[in-house]
Amino acid sequence: MNTAIGRPVDRVDSQAKVTGGARYTAEISLPGLTYAAVVGARIPSGRVEAVDASRALAAGGVLAVLTHENLPEIAGQPHLLPSLLGAAAPGQSFFPMQDAAVHYAGQPVALVVAESHEQAQYAASLVDVTYRREPSITSIDEGRDRVYEAQRLFGGLMPGRDERGDVETALAEAPVRIEAGYRFAANHHNALEPPATTAVWQDGRLTLYDSTMGIRATQLTVAHLLGLPLSHVRVITHFVGGGFGSKAMTWPHVTLAAMAARHVGRPVRLALTRAQTYTSNGHREEQEQSISLGATRDGRLTAIRHHKLSITSRFDDWAEPATGVSSQLYDVEHYEGVHSLIQGNTMTPTFTRGPGETLGVFTLETAMDELAYELGVDPVELRLRNHAGADPRGNPWSSDGLAECLRLGAERFGWHGRDPRPRARRDGDWLIGTGMAAAAYPVAFFMPEQRARARVYEDGSAVVQTGTQEFGTGVLTVATQVAADALGLPLESVRFEAGDTDLPNTSAAVGSAGAGMVSAAVHAAATALRDRLVAMAVADAASPLHGADPAAVDVADGRMRLRDRPGTGESYADLMIRHRLADTEAVGSWTPPPLDTPHGLLTFGAQFAEVAVDPDLGLVRVRRMVGVFAPGRVLNPKLARSQLVGGMVWGLSQALLEGNEMDTRHGRWGASNLGEYLVPVNADIPEITVEFVEVEDDVVPLGIKGVGEIGQVGAAAAVANAVFHATGRRLRRLPLAAELVMDPPASS
Amino acid sequence: MRPLGYARVSTVAEAVEIVATDPAGAFLAGGTTEIDLVRLGVARPDLLVDINDLPLHDIDDLPGGGVRIGALARMSEVARTPAIAGRYPGVAQALLLGASQQLRNMASMGGNLCQRTRCAYFRDGVSPCNKREPGTGCSALDGLNRGHAILGTSEHCVATHPSDVAVALVAFDAVVHTAGPGGVRRIPIDDFYLMPGDTPDRENPLRHGELITAIDLPPAGIAERSVYLKFRDRQSYEFALVSVCAAVRVEDGIVTEARVALGGVGTKPWRARLAEQHLLGVPATAESYAAAAAYELSAAVPRRHNAFKVELAQRAIVRGLTQAARGGMR
Repeated sequence: MNTAIGRPVDRVDSQAKVTGGARYTAEISLPGLTYAAVVGARIPSGRVEAVDASRALAAGGVLAVLTHENLPEIAGQPHLLPSLLGAAAPGQSFFPMQDAAVHYAGQPVALVVAESHEQAQYAASLVDVTYRREPSITSIDEGRDRVYEAQRLFGGLMPGRDERGDVETALAEAPVRIEAGYRFAANHHNALEPPATTAVWQDGRLTLYDSTMGIRATQLTVAHLLGLPLSHVRVITHFVGGGFGSKAMTWPHVTLAAMAARHVGRPVRLALTRAQTYTSNGHREEQEQSISLGATRDGRLTAIRHHKLSITSRFDDWAEPATGVSSQLYDVEHYEGVHSLIQGNTMTPTFTRGPGETLGVFTLETAMDELAYELGVDPVELRLRNHAGADPRGNPWSSDGLAECLRLGAERFGWHGRDPRPRARRDGDWLIGTGMAAAAYPVAFFMPEQRARARVYEDGSAVVQTGTQEFGTGVLTVATQVAADALGLPLESVRFEAGDTDLPNTSAAVGSAGAGMVSAAVHAAATALRDRLVAMAVADAASPLHGADPAAVDVADGRMRLRDRPGTGESYADLMIRHRLADTEAVGSWTPPPLDTPHGLLTFGAQFAEVAVDPDLGLVRVRRMVGVFAPGRVLNPKLARSQLVGGMVWGLSQALLEGNEMDTRHGRWGASNLGEYLVPVNADIPEITVEFVEVEDDVVPLGIKGVGEIGQVGAAAAVANAVFHATGRRLRRLPLAAELVMDPPASS
Repeated sequence: MRPLGYARVSTVAEAVEIVATDPAGAFLAGGTTEIDLVRLGVARPDLLVDINDLPLHDIDDLPGGGVRIGALARMSEVARTPAIAGRYPGVAQALLLGASQQLRNMASMGGNLCQRTRCAYFRDGVSPCNKREPGTGCSALDGLNRGHAILGTSEHCVATHPSDVAVALVAFDAVVHTAGPGGVRRIPIDDFYLMPGDTPDRENPLRHGELITAIDLPPAGIAERSVYLKFRDRQSYEFALVSVCAAVRVEDGIVTEARVALGGVGTKPWRARLAEQHLLGVPATAESYAAAAAYELSAAVPRRHNAFKVELAQRAIVRGLTQAARGGMR
């Protein structure tokens, strides 16, 4: 049998990517192409009093300047829903340039279309906008008197509060209590490719080339906003240069590009600038979290209270949910998770890698480290002692593996024999510390039915198609592997096509769900096609398989044969040529299990880190990291490892470097480029070890729980716990900047 | 990007002539900062005069042990020149800790000296900024000023000078050679950088059309055991929170000569003359270094987000002097 699944197959698109053959959205070249540039609001709150476009219109090559005064009204109001659900997903329930109101800095207030990108950018700088500034709230500190408890999160999908038992009493009675509060700076995604859209109208039909994590979401959203039949909107996306959540929703610039193209009667390309990505595709919100742990003296948790406060837009109650892991990772009777919000003058925040739970787990796992020190229990042992065997409803995990991850991680890292005393190890100017954290992330099942199509040609080659898109995860490669195995064909005989809404539907690839749902649909289609061909053979008197039980037939290298007599059989090609079939195809679908499946759904892992801290200068250098994960079936260990390493690097970055501050006077972000918003360089990244723990899971599709988020979760906590071990100081902000880490003057 | 003209010249006289007679003309060397600023709309030349063909690329020994660096020599070339790496290791290290390899291959030494601040309010093209638009105010004074200066500031500007190599050049009394409409000049590098005062838009004494042609490093035995240490959030490709160029001569346990300059904390590459004076004749110990550092930083004016730099700079000076006294980089 073919077994492409589970092999470290090279990416099928790697050659196109390294040779420049891969065409990204902003590289699509079309006859008559024009270029759009967005003018973003300079104020965070107020009104556009006047727009004088005369200088811009007089500049070379300018075709049009669109503002709220001449942009057509949208046909339907946007309403926020996560794109995974398979409905319109506009990112925020506000569409700009419909009136003169300004709700956040960077909000589009004008759009310039010109013959070249450079002309459009220059003319955009010549649009003179007069504003009336009104008071704004752009930080938590500015909005503390307006805090309210969120009823629903994620566009109404999830409750804002989750509680069981009597937390108040349990905490009051707990023999040991840990209480801690944390402040987290806002984060941005910084995908290498800034979002871009190219819009083309022909005969009232719209084709969009869009840099998106969900072509279907783009189609649904733009059709809704413009009042177009879905059959008149086609979205094409061949390559996306990273998403990390920033392209999971369909932001206003996509529809604006379509409106601009209709206005000038020519194709329009709208590529956001790097600076505009900080105000155009959502962000991880500035937030505070507080946690209280109650425990017995022998280290059993009795109560957890976990609160999050964050800032959202004027129009959406959006917060990344942060308590989905703290509510169920440990066996604790009394629990309270609450999300509170402040409505302010930012755009609606959005999914950012490890949405919500990554900082929720940071809070939980640094508090657990503190509890371990309070009790004198080894941090790994404390997790093992408290790990829940089932979710809070009493449902067993669809698959577990946390204990194995913790034990294997401790072994690989060399955790045993660790001297827990802080500030005990030194290497020259450096204090050395080690830390660990458990990792867990919810498995998401919100998507509708997923479909794919498989076709075999008379020469035995095959094409398998579904409307997903490649944004760096390797989905083109793993879907090819799944299709090859299901069809019984060599990998080289199968071509996987995606990136076009004319193909069968799949949902946006978010929340680590991409590999599982795409694979499930591809597997269903390929299996349906194989079954059809086998059925045709056993019914065909001219076939050597005539009369055989289809269940006794398998396929290898494109040849159907009896499983226990492999010499008896024939190839797909022979069968099809005899039947004068140039090709044959089948559509397959997969429907996710119901949300009330009687199983707990978390992906588990364990993170370990060693750091060196220069306490005089406040420098933290991560020396090594070990991550062990139980993500269910691994389709391609090479690609999975890449994603997990990337996630761990994100965690390191979140711990040490990433954060944007708001200049509340102007309501603008302090950083708007990669020189000011720090992400790690190669020199910052240490040796990273990734190991897998195998778990069987027959609840999730094909046994795949996903690797997109879990590598990132817990990594920052492991680093912060290591910094405590090195320095003896608990630092309650991220990022751990030099001014926080350096010993205060008195103690040096 | 604004439309602009471009010209390419082959002699210094021609370059000076064209820019001097065009009020909106500017020289273009490596372009690693300037093109950014043009794209951002912060620099607004109508004509860029490309000087990369001028014969200003050489690096030559001077009589007595000094080195003359042509203004168009690239940062990476200078760093790997044996005379620099051997006689002025602090200069070579400063070069190698700046920017990235790609930028160092492109950026010229003259351009490096003229690079503009990384203050986000200066570069955003929108915020009030006395350096960009004199008289509009300073957004950094009460704004996000973690990266800003604590030495040499004024009520009109707290922008940090970003250069690494200029810090090392200041420590060793480099001399800037220029050619302009009024002839040639030699400017001691410490005088080349102006304090912001009430004219932060004026960063150096170059007149319009005046071109840097070379930088001389005079002979300095003490430089042979110099160090340049740079401290920042990430390990590469970032401007300094604080950097220090240090060199020290110790005889019988007593400091007889010292050079200290700071980056990342000054509105200009900061020669720590107060610390240097304080070091003469004291025992070569961490305590002496700390006292000298405290003396230098007593003039610091911290702001809301950069107060930590006062302490950080002192610790960096101690670290730099300790390492220099131990024998420098080698």
